[in-house]
Amino acid sequence: MSERTSNRIFDTVIILFISLFVVFCLAPFLHTIAISLSSNRAITSGEVTIFPKEFNWDAYVKVFSDHSMLYSLGYTTLLTIVTTVLCMVFTIAAAYPLTKKKMKGRKLFMYVIIITMFFSGGIIPEYLLIRDLHLLNSPWALILPGLVSPFNLIILISFFNGIPESLEESAEIDGSSHLHTLLKIILPLSMPVMATLALFYAVGRWNGFQDSLMYINDPKLYPLQLKLFQMVQNNMVSELTQMEGANRAPLTPESLKAATVIFATVPILLVYPWLQKYFVSGAMLGAVKG
Amino acid sequence: MTAYLKRYWQLYALISLPLIYFVVFRYGPMYGVQIAFKDFNLFQGINGSEWIGFDAFREVFGMRDFYTTLRNTFMLNFLDLIVSFPAPIILAIMLYEIRFKWFQKISQTILYIPHFISWVIIGGIVYQLFGNQSGMVNGVLESMGLNPIPFLTEKNPWLVTYLFTGVWQSAGWGTILYLAALTGVNKELFEAAEIDGATRLKKIWHITLPSIKPTIVTLLILNLGHMVSIGFDRPYIIGNTAVREYSDVLSTFVYRVGLESGQYTLATVVGLFQAVVGLIFVLGSNYISKKTTGEGIL
Repeated sequence: MSERTSNRIFDTVIILFISLFVVFCLAPFLHTIAISLSSNRAITSGEVTIFPKEFNWDAYVKVFSDHSMLYSLGYTTLLTIVTTVLCMVFTIAAAYPLTKKKMKGRKLFMYVIIITMFFSGGIIPEYLLIRDLHLLNSPWALILPGLVSPFNLIILISFFNGIPESLEESAEIDGSSHLHTLLKIILPLSMPVMATLALFYAVGRWNGFQDSLMYINDPKLYPLQLKLFQMVQNNMVSELTQMEGANRAPLTPESLKAATVIFATVPILLVYPWLQKYFVSGAMLGAVKG
Repeated sequence: MTAYLKRYWQLYALISLPLIYFVVFRYGPMYGVQIAFKDFNLFQGINGSEWIGFDAFREVFGMRDFYTTLRNTFMLNFLDLIVSFPAPIILAIMLYEIRFKWFQKISQTILYIPHFISWVIIGGIVYQLFGNQSGMVNGVLESMGLNPIPFLTEKNPWLVTYLFTGVWQSAGWGTILYLAALTGVNKELFEAAEIDGATRLKKIWHITLPSIKPTIVTLLILNLGHMVSIGFDRPYIIGNTAVREYSDVLSTFVYRVGLESGQYTLATVVGLFQAVVGLIFVLGSNYISKKTTGEGIL
């Protein structure tokens, strides 16, 4: 066998394997989309795989005519935007001073922050704190406890450190204040890493579940994930009772549930391609320094 | 002094905001940890409750459920390590070997997607795929004349489902670190090997793998350091009462005992145990990492 043919075989095997993995990543979504677009009859008889059977939009019409669902979508979007903006402001406010080696107390501040990466009070003391601050059943309970992620902070600090110091020095000679330098020189140079961190914070909030389960009891304030969980959970429970031979619990139609899952996934998939080129370099930066 | 302050006050003003955040929301709960040593009563608050020493610790260490959840935490993390750890390494090497840049880019984009999907949604999808009655996989099995498999309601099949979803969610994203390490490889090494007549496999074995070895070792050690810490969402959402014996882990146990049954003291003890043992594991693995690879996280 010549070298060229063996190389060809090698390439083919690799491409086949990667393609298989790509399908493995996509198939669950395709199946869920197919379910969301199929009739309940076709679903319950198990005819739906990755193509819709007896195509219809009914589930989506229902999701979009359900006011509580649209409300939850709007509320979660607003929550995500507010969280992301505040997190970015706080993370930048922490990162910039921590790059100034001449500032007294820098090391101490750094320790104060890093320690929290390795030790925490645990969820019960956190719950009691939120309760004592009267934040239960308030969206602030979902925003304030996560304002700065030390991991993201370290990524930002190492990025700031990579910006040539001469730029800042010349600005300083021109009489620029620290705040002015940060806003006019540092931030404009840091857009890729900003986009990365904003994506991490936004996805974290959008997907956040445990905190809303703990802190929010009012169905009006349920973020999308919690609302979704209760739909899925109902099905899990009915699945179990069927196993035990009990009566069939009332099921939400499968297609409706699938449509809701897709409904909650689409916003992430929409912003994702725009930010991909940034977050890959951002994640690498974290890898090198982290 | 005034000159110093005049020059630096803006920096202190900037950092004061995040510092207040850390003191209130990160150190505040640490202060609350003392209720592990108190007979905590919601109405008397943290300071009003009575000290009971290590009584609550004795009670927790006498609970059978505690050991089950501890065992499960180790078991799930350990199995995850065996199954999920090598996947991104293999994927990254293969992605690196692909010569068609466009194919490489497209597949990478798709492989990262599952990382951005919440466990609630993954739970919903898993149910659609693996449910006993309506799941697609069992539908296919039945149409082939095979018996359905109780993926979600029996212990061992559940374990496989749990591990499988972990690979699905994290394998693609995990390649980023290895691909980052591979960008630093000196291309001349490959050229030299080619002149020496090395095959592709030989090049992978002698050049590619050794060049990501430090990354592999560091990540392996980091993973070992996180053996007692386990996220809440995945076992809570994929788990259910039928497989509680396997799916109940320290984080879900704390939630159940503390917030569902209101036994705050006992749950805080478990949380504290987890934090302290976790810290020992992280420091220990960091120490080993520094000894063996010269690199650590601290």
